[in-house]
Amino acid sequence: MPGITREEVAHLARLSRLELKDEELDHFAEQLDVIIGAVARVSEVAGQDVPPTSHPLPLTNVMRADEVRPSLTPAEALAGAPASEEQRFRVPQILGED
Amino acid sequence: MADLTRYTAAETAAAVASGDVSAVEVAQAHLDRIAAVDEKVHAFLHVDTEGALAAARAVDDRRARGEELGPLAGVPLALKDVFTTKGVPTTCGSKILEGWVPPYDATLTRRLKEAGVVILGKTNMDEFAMGSSTENSAYGPTGNPWDLSRIPGGSGGGSSAALAAFEAPLAIGTDTGGSIRQPGAVTGTVGVKPTYGAVSRYGLVAFSSSLDQGGPCARTVLDAALLHEAIAGHDPLDSTSIDAPVPPVVEAARMRDVRGMRVGVVKEFGGEGYQPGVMQRFHEAVELLRGLGAEVVEVSCPSFTLALPAYYLIAPSEASSNLARFDAMRYGLRVGDDGTRSAEDVTALTREAGFGPEVKRRIMLGTYALSSGYYDAYYGSAQKVRTLISRDFDAAFAGVDVLISPTTPTTAFPIGERADDPMAMYLADLCTIPSNLAGNAAMSVPCGLAPEDNLPVGLQIIAPAMADDRLYRVGGAVEAAFTEKWGHPLLEEAPAL
Repeated sequence: MPGITREEVAHLARLSRLELKDEELDHFAEQLDVIIGAVARVSEVAGQDVPPTSHPLPLTNVMRADEVRPSLTPAEALAGAPASEEQRFRVPQILGED
Repeated sequence: MADLTRYTAAETAAAVASGDVSAVEVAQAHLDRIAAVDEKVHAFLHVDTEGALAAARAVDDRRARGEELGPLAGVPLALKDVFTTKGVPTTCGSKILEGWVPPYDATLTRRLKEAGVVILGKTNMDEFAMGSSTENSAYGPTGNPWDLSRIPGGSGGGSSAALAAFEAPLAIGTDTGGSIRQPGAVTGTVGVKPTYGAVSRYGLVAFSSSLDQGGPCARTVLDAALLHEAIAGHDPLDSTSIDAPVPPVVEAARMRDVRGMRVGVVKEFGGEGYQPGVMQRFHEAVELLRGLGAEVVEVSCPSFTLALPAYYLIAPSEASSNLARFDAMRYGLRVGDDGTRSAEDVTALTREAGFGPEVKRRIMLGTYALSSGYYDAYYGSAQKVRTLISRDFDAAFAGVDVLISPTTPTTAFPIGERADDPMAMYLADLCTIPSNLAGNAAMSVPCGLAPEDNLPVGLQIIAPAMADDRLYRVGGAVEAAFTEKWGHPLLEEAPAL
């Protein structure tokens, strides 16, 4: 399998919402290449007819009764927020000006 | 008065229940110990003096009123800083959560409080539990009480170091790939990863949800069992919590009898890459078990050689998704919100400033493994390996009651030695990872000091899912036999701090 390039790492950083510095990109590209080279061994089993396991427990659709229960007050829920206003989380601009 | 910090949890609870000492005296003795040694050890990120003394006073009041106390009432505990604690800071060893005070208790925290356990504070850890040395904490490393220049293991190095430094008789860890067992091994303490789903994950800040499991850390097998019983059990707030009775772990810890038990030595764990002194102590443990009447055979689990690569695809994949919640909007750090930047830019700047290098590496590795074009070859194959590992365990447990191996390939390495070599660091979890992938139960119990460096070695015991009691039966017997052979518990050989 091919190694990972600096450009790919830059793309991964964007997808991961990490504003990496140039020197971090160089360093991570080198390290991720080594790690991916080492973990690529799993593809030995790629062709085998084995079902995948995503989770150790065979649980599906665990539900609870739809009942009103005590919960956090708005003040408690907002207590850790970097910014809040009128009982809401205040966030930076999401849409463009126009 | 006797040194209260040297008591086991069981002895402490008995002394408090009988009125020989008050819970406040016990808590104060441990707070004094922390004040005296933690500047050197750095096991704690936050010491909750007021909360601990208030909890201890509540236990003393209940006793004064004649109320019956539980088996751990008045016993101090060090809590890994990855469980939420209402009103007490929770950082996960990360700058992105610096100063965050959760508005709710994790189920585990709530259960500890209900049991009358006195929570002393929050312990240091690798950031978001990613690491094997506690060097990835944003708040500086923790020293191993056996040699402060060496790592205490990770990610729960703070919890195990607190035990070995006699700052607390009990601690809580979380084990995603070995983060309870490996710190236990390298500090000469006991660490248990219960069956996946046995201990609620509600309020445990998620790293890799299909692998993360909270569990007990202690200086003795019986203390670990008492703590296991207090924290395990079904929780409707965690949809992956097992709705079944907790196995009889305390009873098993007291049995000290392995006659007739079938023990399998995992053939794949040993040999090249393993420190000779670790293998020597492991082989002595094997002979000890034989001498105690266990039937020991060799067992092959060929897929275990693919466990490490599969883990370093699955865990980062789940982490890349779980850590997306740190978006600078609802809690934690926010950087660069100057009124001109978009929410997306603020998120990216915050995550750059708030996450350390290992967390960034794993988020990107997971994003890579899940990206189209690579998904089948990497994440898909890793999930197949997971099935193969479970099949190896099933085949092995058809013939034996428990499996054993060294917990770690080496003893504690010097701080800094592997800090910038991720693959070397990842090897520390070689023997512990298969149990996380399969979701079964495993323990590390001390089996001596490696002759070449006089540092602790751990024996790993693995049992099938929901047969956690077998760990305690074997671990308790091994501990009793070694203690008799050595003439004292291993930790008495640790240097004074």
